Amino acid sequence: MLKRTDYLTRAYGKPESWRLSTYERELNGYEVARRVLSTMSREEVVEEAKKANVRGRGGAGFPMGVKWSFMPKATPAAGAAKPHYLVVNADESEPGTHKDRTLMERNPHACIEGCIVASYGIGAHVAYIYVRDELHLCKARLEGAIEEAHAKGYLGKTPFGKDYPVEIYVHSGAGAYICGEETAMLNSLEGRRGEPRNKPPFPANAGVFGCPTTVNNLESIAVVPTAFGMGCENFSKLSALHDLKDGGVRLYGVNGHVNTPGVVELAVGPTLRELIDDIGGGVLGNRKILAAIPGGSSTPVLRPEETVLAPDPKSPLHAWHGKSVFDLPLGVDTMRGVGSMLGTCCVTVIAEGTDPVWCMQNLMQFYRHESCGQCTPCREGSGWLERVCEKILDGKASMDELNGLYETANGIMGNTICAFGEGTAMPALAFLQKFRPEFEAYIRNGHSRDNARLTAIPWS
Amino acid sequence: MPFVLSAERERKLQEILGRYPTKMAAVLPLLHLCQEQAGCTGDDVVEFVSRRLDVSAAHVKGVVTFYSLFNQHPVGKHQVWVCRTLPCALRGAYEVIEYCEKRLGVRCGETTADGKVTLRSAECLASCGTAPMMQVDKTYHENLTRERVDDILATLLR
Repeated sequence: MLKRTDYLTRAYGKPESWRLSTYERELNGYEVARRVLSTMSREEVVEEAKKANVRGRGGAGFPMGVKWSFMPKATPAAGAAKPHYLVVNADESEPGTHKDRTLMERNPHACIEGCIVASYGIGAHVAYIYVRDELHLCKARLEGAIEEAHAKGYLGKTPFGKDYPVEIYVHSGAGAYICGEETAMLNSLEGRRGEPRNKPPFPANAGVFGCPTTVNNLESIAVVPTAFGMGCENFSKLSALHDLKDGGVRLYGVNGHVNTPGVVELAVGPTLRELIDDIGGGVLGNRKILAAIPGGSSTPVLRPEETVLAPDPKSPLHAWHGKSVFDLPLGVDTMRGVGSMLGTCCVTVIAEGTDPVWCMQNLMQFYRHESCGQCTPCREGSGWLERVCEKILDGKASMDELNGLYETANGIMGNTICAFGEGTAMPALAFLQKFRPEFEAYIRNGHSRDNARLTAIPWS
Repeated sequence: MPFVLSAERERKLQEILGRYPTKMAAVLPLLHLCQEQAGCTGDDVVEFVSRRLDVSAAHVKGVVTFYSLFNQHPVGKHQVWVCRTLPCALRGAYEVIEYCEKRLGVRCGETTADGKVTLRSAECLASCGTAPMMQVDKTYHENLTRERVDDILATLLR
């Protein structure tokens, strides 16, 4: 059952929803930060946050509270040599992902309030919100919110009268998808090329400027006031997947071949079919669904004919055994259980009649362009994948070249510094495996993409 | 002539430097300020940033060449970026690009002869729910129709 909520989005349609006055009036704004700073200790904040079961909203799904707990206990105030930092990832660039933008544009104060609570919880006095440069309106709204919060005494040397300084700065990227990878983001923030770092050391030990750092997705941070406001355990229980430690509410997006694309807030656990039919208003031109990419282009594509395979009664997916993957609740572990990923849970819908080979080429062009070039398998492999797809579309590839794509993709997996490699190889392998006949047809018939289509209805 | 930052932007830089524990962290923000002023980040800008922030010119050049939004060469007065990645492509991005090419009389990546508009394709601009879309300078134009594209381009070419 689709459970719409409006904790983050209540003011979305209201005039000047980004103003402090609206936030305080409609969403009880800054009451949580005030209470947390005045009554809770740092340790209590982290323990409470863990109960929310907020799985990281950036794609990897790591529990936010647990991440906070990795930060060293000692802070400069308690004699440690290095300051702590909070870095908020608002580099939203994954193809198919369009949720964080809505928060920054229409509810920026939730992001700021979340930053205050998170900074306090991890022992940081400075937070950087790293926003991709193209999102000029988002940056302006965040900066406006910071200014308003400052004027009210919610930020600065003594927020809410508490002797715990907090400053928040907006930092612009400059057009590089890879900077959404947390260690690449730290390098970029330091003024370097956005090349990912080897881990360990992990950011909690040596992050930005060599200091302990927590990197959280913007939506994870923005949902903090909501979770603390109702009590983190209550928040977690809103989710249909609370028992899988996948709690609360989150923003779900629908895009591609649907009638009414957009972003909505829902309790965790809707199915792909519900998102497509109830939120997306069904498929464009009344077509059938060919496939859907569940949460950004790096998550392997799923077809409605695929079923959940979980015969073991102990499996957390057993309740859905035999059902279509489109009828499985969208959660971090449920999607992993069917060989895909939840990612950012913004679904890209592909209607019947669309050329899957061209879809893969389009995505591989993206990955080739965005590979940072540090690791040979990724730099060369992403280019190889794109070039061969292009050749297939031109009707000039051989069966050997098609088969070689598996080897190329498998050669990237596990052989790179960061997860970009997997993010390229996994969707490539999924397209190859799930649309093999379509790839073969190009080669057997020697035809080119002249009649191939990507649009479901002509652009006009 | 060596590049010099305007007084107003120099003040902005002072404020930016206060945000970070190192000067190097201001490389990206300062490059943005320079590009805002000069239109691109050529070697004169690289030299300036290097001296201003005490980092090597090689480092700054490395940064400039890494990020796609730093223009190493002069570009048109207006920047048109049409998103071409899958969610937009599923809703007509390739057609939008082709249409812009026809209307502007340039290929993607080129600048119009009068120097007014540079047309480029962009990788996903986080506007998938309102596709197809284009970014013109600092503004997003979403849910593009042929008519809207006509209006937008006409304003730019005026």
